[in-house]
Amino acid sequence: MGNNSLFDVIGPVMVGPSSSHTAGAAKLGKLARQLVHGEIVEVRFILYDSFARTYRGHGTGKALLGGVMGYDLDSEEIKHAETIATFRGLKFSYEEGQKDGIHPNSVDIHLIEESGKETILSGSSIGGGNVVITSINGIETRLQTNLPALVTHHRDRVGILAEITKFLAQKKLNIAGMNLYRNAAGKDAYMVVEIDQIFDEAISQELRDLIDDIMDVFVIENR
Amino acid sequence: MNFFSGKQLLDLCKENNLDIWQVMLDREIETSGRTEDEIFADIEHSLGVMFHSIDQGLATYDHSLGGLLTGQSKKLYEELGEEKFYLPDRTLKVVAYAMAVMECNARMGVIVAAPTAGSSGILPAVLKDAKETMGLDTQQLAQAFLTAGAVGLIVMHNASISGAKGGCQAEIGTSTAMSAAALVQLKGGSPKQCLDAASFAYKNILGLACDPIAGLVEVPCAKRNGLGVLNAMLCADLALLEISSLVPFDEVVDAMYLVGISMPATLRETALGGLAATPTAKRIEHDLFSNSELSKGK
Repeated sequence: MGNNSLFDVIGPVMVGPSSSHTAGAAKLGKLARQLVHGEIVEVRFILYDSFARTYRGHGTGKALLGGVMGYDLDSEEIKHAETIATFRGLKFSYEEGQKDGIHPNSVDIHLIEESGKETILSGSSIGGGNVVITSINGIETRLQTNLPALVTHHRDRVGILAEITKFLAQKKLNIAGMNLYRNAAGKDAYMVVEIDQIFDEAISQELRDLIDDIMDVFVIENR
Repeated sequence: MNFFSGKQLLDLCKENNLDIWQVMLDREIETSGRTEDEIFADIEHSLGVMFHSIDQGLATYDHSLGGLLTGQSKKLYEELGEEKFYLPDRTLKVVAYAMAVMECNARMGVIVAAPTAGSSGILPAVLKDAKETMGLDTQQLAQAFLTAGAVGLIVMHNASISGAKGGCQAEIGTSTAMSAAALVQLKGGSPKQCLDAASFAYKNILGLACDPIAGLVEVPCAKRNGLGVLNAMLCADLALLEISSLVPFDEVVDAMYLVGISMPATLRETALGGLAATPTAKRIEHDLFSNSELSKGK
């Protein structure tokens, strides 16, 4: 709290009406979008609890959809997200889901690419426009970030973290924070590396090509 | 240069012979690592969005997303000019500005949370009025913006600015306190007078519940932003007379926090108590959400 900025107090600049139901929703949509490389042709939102009950009055659906199309939380376009999506031929739907013990403002975002590949991100909007990602493709996470980050999807094995951090050191990128998530040893894992500097997106390709057992690398720009 | 309480802020102002906005600017430069020019550019952008949101709110009678706001700010604004109301037209114009931001917000327009979306009308309204009536330039408005930010920062650190945690007193209360301090700064008041005005602002509405109808940021939020404008102007005027707050700012913030956490959850943004629990509100909520087309997935 001691490091809150002036613009955390008077801000964010956002589309209304609610920082948790609208601004946070747009942020979650945009985060999900950044975990997909290809073109998205269909998106399904499973809304929970308060998100499901009040989504219309808060424009939660439009905010989620606008985020998925890459709009920031202060874009006028978010208000017209559904029209824009229809125009672009992006299919979208909202459903109500049920899960026990879930944060009241939660959503599962299913992103489907032309190839049929599906990416699923679950997250919650926890107030003031802040969000937490609770799972990526079924692997539980507890990710809250406001910095640019690299997300690696890799196979869990000895030494892979050392190789990744060595690569970042060679690129002169300072690691601000690291989180590693896996469901079982030796299986799929996700690592989120927060980075202080703005970096070139091309390093994600380089990282994927260079290190064995990395399936994918994504860049979260987090402006 | 950093501060975590009103006392620390006032001490820093006194020791260095600075105004609150100068201490806040130094702190922001230090903690963010950005330059003064970059910070002023962001403030200018935020002020631009704030004033644009007032114009957008006053532009139409379009209904809000929830349908509960129907252009009340425009109605008020257009009736001004003949001094036919109890309050002077100039004062009511500022009320209309604040309500306009809330209508812009409720129509999914772009606003600046100040400090929250539900309390985003007060600071833009009083700053726009000060700009128009006192002929201020952007630099002076930026100083007021920084002063308001310093007050909000202390509250974020020691209490809460969220209705879900502290009720409406934490949201509207804080935006009013921030705005009152900003107004004192604009008239050349001292740092202590700024915090006195902020203290008065809370003291006038301590205990106010957050009980929005159907959980929407519409009713009573828009009118409470209007009330916040009147409260902020009153508190600034009193502080500028050198009337001191008997209870110092930090203790008032503590009191606000303790009142907030001792409120039942039904009165903290859950739409389960207060106005939201009235038969009329329940009927509105039912009508709004029963025709929602969400299919049951999974």
